[in-house]
Amino acid sequence: MTKKEEKMNVPTEKNEPHTQLLQGNEAVALGALAAGVNFFGGYPITPSTEVAEYLSEELPKVGGKYIMLEDEIAGMCSVIGASLAGAKAMTATSGPGFSLMQEAIGYAKQAEVPCVVVNVMRSGPSTGLPTKPSQGDIQQARWGSHGDAPAIVLYPHTVREAFDLTVRAFNLSEKYRTCVTLLLDEVLGHMREAVVLPDPSTLRIINRLKPSVPPEWYKHYEENQKYPTPLASYGEGYRFHVTGLAHDSLGFPTNKSSEVAVMMNRLKKKIIHNIRDLVQIETFKMDNAKIAVFAAGICARSAKSAVNQARFDGIPVGLLRPLTIWPFPDDAAKKMLRDVDVVIVPELNEGQMCREIERLKMDPKSKLISLTKVDGEIITPAEILRVIREVN
Amino acid sequence: MNRFRKEFRLSGSGGQGLIVAGIILAKAASNEGYKVTQTQSFGPEARGGSSRTDVVISNNEIYFPEAQSFDYLIALTQEACDKYLFDLKEDGLLLIDSNYVKNLSMTVNNIVEVDFSDITIEKLGTALPMNIVTLSCIVKLSNLISEKALERAIKEIMKPSIHEINIKAMKLGFELSEQAKMMQ
Repeated sequence: MTKKEEKMNVPTEKNEPHTQLLQGNEAVALGALAAGVNFFGGYPITPSTEVAEYLSEELPKVGGKYIMLEDEIAGMCSVIGASLAGAKAMTATSGPGFSLMQEAIGYAKQAEVPCVVVNVMRSGPSTGLPTKPSQGDIQQARWGSHGDAPAIVLYPHTVREAFDLTVRAFNLSEKYRTCVTLLLDEVLGHMREAVVLPDPSTLRIINRLKPSVPPEWYKHYEENQKYPTPLASYGEGYRFHVTGLAHDSLGFPTNKSSEVAVMMNRLKKKIIHNIRDLVQIETFKMDNAKIAVFAAGICARSAKSAVNQARFDGIPVGLLRPLTIWPFPDDAAKKMLRDVDVVIVPELNEGQMCREIERLKMDPKSKLISLTKVDGEIITPAEILRVIREVN
Repeated sequence: MNRFRKEFRLSGSGGQGLIVAGIILAKAASNEGYKVTQTQSFGPEARGGSSRTDVVISNNEIYFPEAQSFDYLIALTQEACDKYLFDLKEDGLLLIDSNYVKNLSMTVNNIVEVDFSDITIEKLGTALPMNIVTLSCIVKLSNLISEKALERAIKEIMKPSIHEINIKAMKLGFELSEQAKMMQ
């Protein structure tokens, strides 16, 4: 190696002293611990196993509980129970387990129980390819449970972001009293990156509101203008009933349409009145773009690389990346559709995200290209670049 | 400052310890202050089946985390070599175990061809640390990472009871790289 080359290989900036080599799944576990998780119930499944593995070691050290149950159904049910007893509770799984959990996830949303479900996606359908990536659960994360259940779903694209969005998932679940899903790509779950995590003392942690009224006045589901009503825990002297049936403000089953309407409206309002708080997007080189790539998770990393290369070649292209995929970033996507001539949606499924863009497309002349791949490999920058060059 | 991106692919079959080697390489690169990503691809089996890990080292943000055209390729089975050799850069370096890889489907300018498995058994009494021998050999030849940073990474990733043998394996890898240099 010549002198010149040696010099070239000096890093531009030295990594900070607290740099760690972390796996995506470990970052999720660390994020959960930073957010104050004290209960994990679940059943290990590739490619999410490391989340459970890490927490099984760390939770007992901080006084938390880790329980491995007989299956994912029991795992998700235990999470609901733990949360109602006051714990910050979570589970982690992959597609097959996520399918099994859907009934209980719907229950958690209906009964307004804060909890976090991590789904490290693998190829499906069914048991599919356990060790290969896929983004096949995007629509399941929204519509997996029957009924009009609300959905808050976050989707990181780097190891650091996996940490940040796990903290955020807990915060949103506590704030809005609902089950929040964190989707991860298999590649990210298993990938290691050199990262610096934030000082835990600088993090904003949200805890559920506690009732300030005497137990006899407590209503488990009270209409509150902006945020969900305070939540008592079992064992604190408050009496309340929890059911998956439509319920009144005390939690008892009801058939009265007036009371059902209040309940259903509250579930809906959590999302639509708080879009600004819930939706996060990243725009990357969108200035003067005539072509936009809309991508999330691992595909967004390929897209960034492709966009960089295309910009270098003088092609006006940018990337819009949702960090929150549900609620879908309708406003940002509509603006993108107005601003550019062509939108390319690369994803590791048969077009689940593209159909959302299609739904928002008003101008029949604007062009939408779906770039899909379902063979267990990820979409490369070259594949996206090829499409960008074709449409330019 | 020039941007640089170096791509490593360590490939072979499950059980050869390549993914651990990839993690150690990534850790060493991180110790040296580089940006780094390490990804892995393997089948559902614990042993056997094809296995690979990619390590990308850069002085800049790494967007796409997998290796596509390799600067360094370790191939420890014929299958892995056949599958990935065409994606080796023209000035890329190939490292193979001559016991396992017999045919090359393409001429390669820079090649280290050693019977790593035999030498490892002969010098260390077991074939297990062959992953560290091959890794250390290629790390030395890459000139990206210091011996100290690699040693630190081995100690950080592996449990203390196997430090000694793996440090020996590392030194053996360095020695073999010197021989390889002379051959070139």
